[in-house]
Amino acid sequence: MSIAITTQFICFTVLSLVVIIGALGVVLLESIVYSAFLLGGVFMSVAGLYLLLNASFVAAAQVLVYVGAVNVLIIFAIMLVNKKEDLKPISDIKSRRVISTSICLTLLSLLIRVDLTNVWSLSSPQNSIGEESTIRIGEHLFSDYLLPFEVASVLLLMAMIGAIVLARRDVMSKDISTGLPVDQELIEKSSEPLLTNKN
Amino acid sequence: MNLESIPLQAFLIVSSALFCIGIWGLLNSRNAVRVLMSIELMLNAVNINLMAFSSYIDNNLIQGQVFTIFVITVAAAEAAVGLAILLSLYRNRVTVDMESFNLLKW
Repeated sequence: MSIAITTQFICFTVLSLVVIIGALGVVLLESIVYSAFLLGGVFMSVAGLYLLLNASFVAAAQVLVYVGAVNVLIIFAIMLVNKKEDLKPISDIKSRRVISTSICLTLLSLLIRVDLTNVWSLSSPQNSIGEESTIRIGEHLFSDYLLPFEVASVLLLMAMIGAIVLARRDVMSKDISTGLPVDQELIEKSSEPLLTNKN
Repeated sequence: MNLESIPLQAFLIVSSALFCIGIWGLLNSRNAVRVLMSIELMLNAVNINLMAFSSYIDNNLIQGQVFTIFVITVAAAEAAVGLAILLSLYRNRVTVDMESFNLLKW
């Protein structure tokens, strides 16, 4: 990479701060809509980190797939299920918070300790292929990673069909649970929820 | 500071922090959509890890970048199926509160 080292450090610091603070906002903010938009910011900053690592193709894929598809999908899901509801209070919420926070902090300290104490066998920067990484990824995908590449296409097809089947609103002549004829003109009519009362 | 590039450990620490934030959100969220967002955060942390190792340790063959492409593919499929499951859950139970999805509780 030809950017000066100081610029790299500044970019890295800003991007990591945006990633960490944005992620904290995603899990801590009250409003789920703000969380979704912050998640988009986190994805963009992660793409910036990939650019710092000389990986322009993966950065573009990150922006296209995560910001363009996953984040939009999440925002649509929020729009479809966004109903103000008063959550039932949980009795032992405080102890739960304490336990989960301590587990996360322990795991974080463990991971940081491994990161800092382990001696990584870094390769020399002269070997780096740098900006030719896109060509190398293409070579990998069509030679030694050909089978996973083809399996991934089947996986995407399965996910697409599965999502359609799961999210489809069934139009049937008879209701499955009650056996009564269904009013075909009012598909959007809210039917009696099947499982609500069971607790 | 007199370094020739950003140390690998900096990327690893960022990804560790992101992963732990994702786990915290996964454990503590009441809203099912936020649980899916936390899973995406954890997948992104793993991707940063793979990319950092691919750039610093395997910078000639960059197999880590290929793995990241596959992880992004699986994450997209997971998000689509997860949100479809969420929609059909919402249609049946009219809530997205994680505490009310206890049909499989033993």
